[in-house]
Amino acid sequence: MSYMSKPRIAHPGLKKNALGLTRRDYEGGMSTLCAGCGHDSITAAIIQACFELAIEPHRVAKVSGIGCSSKTPAYFLSASHGFNSVHGRMPAVATGANAANRDLSYIGVSGDGDSLSIGLGQFCHAMRRNLDMLYLIENNGVYGLTKGQFSASADVGSKAKRGEINEQPPIDPVLTALAMGGTFVARSFSGDKEQLVPLIKAGLKHKGFALIDVLSPCVTFNDHEDSTKSYAYTRQHYHPALETDFVRPAEEIMADYDAGAAMSIELHDGSMIVLRKAAQDYDPQNRGTAFAYIKDKLRDSEFLTGLLYVEETAPDMHVLSHTADRPLVDFGWEDLCPGSSALPEILKRYR
Amino acid sequence: MPEPQSAERINDFVIKLANVNGTGSASANSLLMKSIFRMGVPVVGKNFFPSNIQGLPTWYEIRVSRDGHIARSGRVDIMVAMNAETYRQDLSDVSPGGVLIYDSTWPRSHELVREDVTILGIPLAKICNEHFDGIRARILMKNVTYVGALAALLELDLEVIKQLLGETFARKPKLADANMQAIHLGYDYARDHFECPLSLRVESMDLTRDHIMIDGNSAAALGCLYAGVTVGAWYPITPSTSLMDAFRSLCAQHRTDAETGENRYCIVQAEDELAAIGMVLGAGWMGARAFTPTSGPGISLMSEFIGFGYFAEIPAVIFDVQRVGPSTGMPTRTQQCDILSAAYCSHGDTRHPILFPADPTECFEMAVAAFDLAERLQTPIFVLSDLDIGMNDWMCPLLQWDDDYRWDRGKVLSETDLEKAEHFWRYYDHDGDGIPYRSLPGVHPKGAYFTRGSGHNAEGRYTEDADEYREVVDRLNRKFETAAELVPAPVVVNSARGDIAVLSVGSCDGAVREALVLLGEQGVKLNYMRVKAFPFSGKVQDFLDRHERVFVVEQNRDGQLRKLLINETTTDPAKLVSILHYDGLPIGSDCILEAILGGLEKGAAA
Repeated sequence: MSYMSKPRIAHPGLKKNALGLTRRDYEGGMSTLCAGCGHDSITAAIIQACFELAIEPHRVAKVSGIGCSSKTPAYFLSASHGFNSVHGRMPAVATGANAANRDLSYIGVSGDGDSLSIGLGQFCHAMRRNLDMLYLIENNGVYGLTKGQFSASADVGSKAKRGEINEQPPIDPVLTALAMGGTFVARSFSGDKEQLVPLIKAGLKHKGFALIDVLSPCVTFNDHEDSTKSYAYTRQHYHPALETDFVRPAEEIMADYDAGAAMSIELHDGSMIVLRKAAQDYDPQNRGTAFAYIKDKLRDSEFLTGLLYVEETAPDMHVLSHTADRPLVDFGWEDLCPGSSALPEILKRYR
Repeated sequence: MPEPQSAERINDFVIKLANVNGTGSASANSLLMKSIFRMGVPVVGKNFFPSNIQGLPTWYEIRVSRDGHIARSGRVDIMVAMNAETYRQDLSDVSPGGVLIYDSTWPRSHELVREDVTILGIPLAKICNEHFDGIRARILMKNVTYVGALAALLELDLEVIKQLLGETFARKPKLADANMQAIHLGYDYARDHFECPLSLRVESMDLTRDHIMIDGNSAAALGCLYAGVTVGAWYPITPSTSLMDAFRSLCAQHRTDAETGENRYCIVQAEDELAAIGMVLGAGWMGARAFTPTSGPGISLMSEFIGFGYFAEIPAVIFDVQRVGPSTGMPTRTQQCDILSAAYCSHGDTRHPILFPADPTECFEMAVAAFDLAERLQTPIFVLSDLDIGMNDWMCPLLQWDDDYRWDRGKVLSETDLEKAEHFWRYYDHDGDGIPYRSLPGVHPKGAYFTRGSGHNAEGRYTEDADEYREVVDRLNRKFETAAELVPAPVVVNSARGDIAVLSVGSCDGAVREALVLLGEQGVKLNYMRVKAFPFSGKVQDFLDRHERVFVVEQNRDGQLRKLLINETTTDPAKLVSILHYDGLPIGSDCILEAILGGLEKGAAA
């Protein structure tokens, strides 16, 4: 794969990963989002996670819908193919793409409008199929590109920039995912890279649908006083329920964990997630109690963050469909066309 | 009203069976049709069924035609009236001199008679109650018993019937025996009570050797299998559902590894049609051959994504098995009413290639062609079938497959191509045919680009620049011109040097051909063209140019094909005279004959 050694002008001191690539090889085009947008921090976290995981950029497929969040795949992994689909329909594109080529890593970026309003059905059905992909919702409670309407994730009592108060209860992506059978359900905050990067890594390595709802304030339309999705409000109200460390297969677990509070979960490829619980009674492998706990906290306006639920053994779409391990796009003509010799037997029943 | 019949009519008549749906009549009626087919006599069966599971009227019409006519003729020579609810209408549908068979277990009103129809009563329920146990069996066997009576009346070969039952119930020999018993009960009753055979009867021929009876949806599914399709996504909708059912069962047989049980295909039942087409585009983007079968309402839902596929240039194949619209319409009745919505599907300037199969053979062939075209042209391709083709059994020559054929994957850059390339511009017209080169995800980092439905330039980058936008959409127009020469050419039948012609599409073909034969017998010889695809090739324009008047036959109210011809050729609209049929039943030759004769008279008077 000679393209790995293509000459590139880079600072000789830049750190290289296992593939010999630098962080710059994982960057994309210049962001055109507003200065200070939470989404750009998430983009940076994706770049860092992919660099540290030493994923071959061209073996990643980036998919998105419509909205500010859905623009961001253009800002990372420029050596990856991207698909900016229609509004709310990214899960369908990812499903078809994954059906055809299961060997790529799929990163989906969506927003609260894209996933919780126009695309709620597709979002739910992708989880129902346990589609193997990382799905990020860059959640800011507001429609940015159309200048400030509330989205379905806006909290009751939150105030719009133009002064309107939201009265309708929100749809919470984390609770929705738990109800729909999501197998990897996490929440984070664009301003907490320490938490977000290992979550992205774990989500990429999870075999199945990995949802990370990332609270990502909109500096232009939803960062004012009395907004519940502002930087200030989010910093005040988010609570890590679990601290997540991601450990690659060959690495040793170096950190010293308090035996009672830590649990490790092995992922499909042998890597480990180590969770340190901030709340003693929280069990991220019990869907029912996790749901109740998160809902209780939401009632108190607390956003629990971290890897809130994980189920590593659930079968993904391909297991359920008995699809060949080899990607369907790699099968040749002879593997697929039965040829004239098979035709008489097929046509017999029509005589 | 057709002429009363007089002398013997051998292998040339219509049997119509009026049943209640959900009573098992379909398998009995299909047994009747297959028996005639196996006797070497050309036959066609059309099912007029309700959008319902049990209890509503349903009809099956079998046309026996030694001349091989496949359309409805407008006649009903034998009516089997098994549905009390529709008896009055069924009786009035019988052609003068015809025969009506009914279940005489119960008395029939004296008003329900016709002097010019021979009425034969058979106590079907009574016979079955005496010989079979269980309510379900008695209901089912009534149908088989009337097939037995028809066997006596029409002189069908009982050995052929026995053989067919043996094949159908290969794993349940007891059921084969019970069915055969019912056949004999009906057969004996008819022989004992009526003069057998009727003047209408079946005589063995040798005209169905190397033919099959197949529906278009099964044939299209077979085409998908042979075309190397690996991904199918769909949402169930009548009348397209059986296409995916057939594809699934073919794949289970031919694409599942016997040892590992691994599938070399993936079928996803989507949450709706919006998702189904999104999945097809996702798979097409990855380089798999992917399709979705649907019908009118599904096309409406898919239209946003279809425009995306057009603009982002992603291969996809959409089978639209048309049913009656608008809105929910009549889901189990046939029409050709999606011609315009397919041709211009989605907002903005969009146009899509369409293939129009006329029968199941063409469903098979055009399925294969559609995937080649989709990948060659990098765009969604419609295959516009209809309920009549898709769900009825048509007599077709044995399907053929050429082992030398290889799929056309179109302009796809390989890893080596990309390695050598200085740069990759996704939407650049290297060859002047409007078709750019594409790269597939996962192959090489140099091939990476951002597929988008927003404005993009020839390099594949986002743009809002006026010139760059126009460059891309003007090239898409050039691509459409290329498509006109790649799609299947129209079929032209020149029978006269005259200046009047007939033009039709899809499932109208059989009825038009029969009408042309009948016109010929009256000394009227007209040229004929059947368009097989959109965009229209130069041959369509030439044909229109060399005729002064062209009857355009199609099955919708608004003359959609005529409108498309007016829009997409330079022909004078005044030349194009519509002959329309849109009641939900397949078009018959009688209505075309009448309309053309009427039209010619009017033309002569003018």
